[in-house]
Amino acid sequence: MLLEDLIKIKEAELARRKKHTLRCCLAAGCISSQGQAVKDALDQAVQAAGLAAEVEVRGVGCLRLCGEGPLVAVDPDGVLFQKIRPEDAPALLSTLQGETSPLDRGDLQSPFFKHQLPLVLENSGLVDPDRIESYIAADGYLALRNVLREMAPPEVVSAITKSGLRGRGGAGYPTGLKWATVAKTKSTRRFVICNADEGDPGAFMDRSVLESDPHRVLEGMIVAGYAVGAEQGFIYVRAEYPLAIQRLQNAIRQAKQMGLLGSGVFESPFNFNIDIRIGAGAFVCGEETALMASVEGRRGQPRPRPPFPAESGLFGQPTLINNVETFANVPPIILKGPEWFASIGTDKSKGTKVFALAGKIQTTGLIEVPMGTPLRVIVETMGGGAPAGGQIKAVQTGGPSGGCIPASHLDTPVDYESLTTLGSIMGSGGMIVMDQTTDMVDVARFFMEFCRDESCGKCVPCRAGTVQLHELLAKILARQATQRDLDRLEELCDLVKHTSLCGLGQTAPNPVLSTLRFFRHEYLERLQPAHPNPPSAPPTPATQPPNTAPVNPGAPA
Amino acid sequence: MAAKTLTIDGQLVSAEENQTLLEAARDAQIPIPTLCHLDGVMDVGACRMCLVEIVGTPKLLPACVTKVQEGLEVRTNSERLQRYRRLLLELLFAERNHVCAVCVSNGHCELQDLATQHGMDHVRYAYQAPNLGVDLSHRLYGLDHNRCVLCTRCVRVCWYIEGAGTLNLAGRGTGSMIITDLNQPWADSDTCTACGKCVQACPTGALFYKGATVAEMERDRQKLEYIVTAREKKQWNV
Repeated sequence: MLLEDLIKIKEAELARRKKHTLRCCLAAGCISSQGQAVKDALDQAVQAAGLAAEVEVRGVGCLRLCGEGPLVAVDPDGVLFQKIRPEDAPALLSTLQGETSPLDRGDLQSPFFKHQLPLVLENSGLVDPDRIESYIAADGYLALRNVLREMAPPEVVSAITKSGLRGRGGAGYPTGLKWATVAKTKSTRRFVICNADEGDPGAFMDRSVLESDPHRVLEGMIVAGYAVGAEQGFIYVRAEYPLAIQRLQNAIRQAKQMGLLGSGVFESPFNFNIDIRIGAGAFVCGEETALMASVEGRRGQPRPRPPFPAESGLFGQPTLINNVETFANVPPIILKGPEWFASIGTDKSKGTKVFALAGKIQTTGLIEVPMGTPLRVIVETMGGGAPAGGQIKAVQTGGPSGGCIPASHLDTPVDYESLTTLGSIMGSGGMIVMDQTTDMVDVARFFMEFCRDESCGKCVPCRAGTVQLHELLAKILARQATQRDLDRLEELCDLVKHTSLCGLGQTAPNPVLSTLRFFRHEYLERLQPAHPNPPSAPPTPATQPPNTAPVNPGAPA
Repeated sequence: MAAKTLTIDGQLVSAEENQTLLEAARDAQIPIPTLCHLDGVMDVGACRMCLVEIVGTPKLLPACVTKVQEGLEVRTNSERLQRYRRLLLELLFAERNHVCAVCVSNGHCELQDLATQHGMDHVRYAYQAPNLGVDLSHRLYGLDHNRCVLCTRCVRVCWYIEGAGTLNLAGRGTGSMIITDLNQPWADSDTCTACGKCVQACPTGALFYKGATVAEMERDRQKLEYIVTAREKKQWNV
């Protein structure tokens, strides 16, 4: 594969384009509402109407308005049909001839679309994720070719550093710095890992990227492999994403066939392989050290850091581990330049961020906005606010590691620092909107239950602490708790946050802490009054357990 | 090997380059409480009892896996750390059924000792009182899951000292359990060599010699140390 071949494929693909294109969303959301049947029906209808020469029916990735699926976009008319049933196919086809139809049309000029800046998702909904040619026609693999032919590895690292890209998995570690650290290690073997173990409740950004544009993630990984000097990459993807896995496998096979993956990538001396590792459903395996243990075939449990994966990671070798979205940002940075990327976003948070908008909101779906976009624009302007009659009460970001941002702080710009200041985190991009009917104590309880169930059980504060935290929250919820229980809750949050081994435990109290901070009254109004006849012993501060009532009668005095 | 000088609890301590904070502190007779640590096997930093404060570092670090560095200023016994340790012990006591009065290890139990040392004489959290069962199938040893603190010392000695690989962990979170082979009764294990190292390693009464009754279960840690010294220092200390 050389540049000429790439251009040939692109030109052949563009020449294949027909007068009309019906882009059918075949991401998991639309497939779950008969999207595949809609595409098949359209295919049949096109054949039946003898329009095969004029109309192309293309299966594509996510068209964003996930709540209105199945979605079909029509080119070049620029129309988006929503809630299409297979029997609507002939009627939809007739609109191409200018006939009117009662089919439900989405408004592509609505704020939901107008405020988006597709960068990671620029191909999503346009290219056919099952055909590499479709990706090449959108200038796919051009960045990889330019990197291999025109840039030395340190130049690639420096381009990423200059772009200001930060890890999209949630913590926001500078990507360039991570790449540079791995590249500088003195090892002959290094690894690249793509973390696709997206597990936050309500989050589906990585899934959409993998299902819509798998080649882009591969390209980002290969560029990373070249930059840090790795020859082997792994994609750790959860088994709950069968469609993403299937499309990735297909993409890897196609890329290998074209010489874009394997030995001698783009006929250069650089070799790179990518293998898929399927996670068996443990949330904690999204934590990098647990993920690597799982890839190695061991029990998916985190280990203390340092050593960090960049020094000693997979199989003890330096390992670069980035999130799906981080890798997907790499090709445009190379193609359009780091300065262009750095011009998007805020001072400290560059580029865009994909969010999965869900919960009590008018428009549910996938959005990509520049960093620094105020929350209000996302949930009220783009998402349309709470459903009829409702009022937004809070926005939850960052999943079980994040927090609830109250409506009074909706003008906060969405960037790493601002969200951290509010006791939440950017997280991987799940955004759950809550309205006035949402019980914040119950929200905290739900996330604590999640953390309790997903704790790996290695360290004591996370394993046993989340159990007690959940019990205390349930007790408060059942109006059986007193002020002492609330004190214990706060004391335990402090313990679990500061003594847990990995990020899961260290952030598990965040939903409780943030709801306590902004919705404390919801906790207080549930508390039982203190006991009318207090026991004779005066209450002792929490730091000094009373000497009364030994529960451990066998202990030596 | 380069020597490093650091301060632990205000005391100047010199340590060898690759030593952990725990080793350096113990060499200097500064006690740091531990539960999952066992001399001779790989540390996992799981029990969080040995967390220490390092001036200039926001996070607490486990002394058992943190290497010494020149000029570190370490605090091992601040009021905050003492409080955290007491809370961790409370959590452990509430998690399973640690009833000393009827335990084979009463009086010889590391968990009990830690509780005494830290003044943890009261558990304010809800007892989970699980009914996890006891594996008494092995001809020599018993495994009472209800007294297990999941420190994995037994798993590590089984894998890294004996090399049998019989014991392991199954499940996750608070439902984690020590299992033998593929979660089958201990007696059916094809890999167990009945060496008893796991029993020697256990800090509580979870692993015991069959026939031991209340407070009778005493361990001889020197047996493990003997093997580890032989292996690592090539010395047979008779």
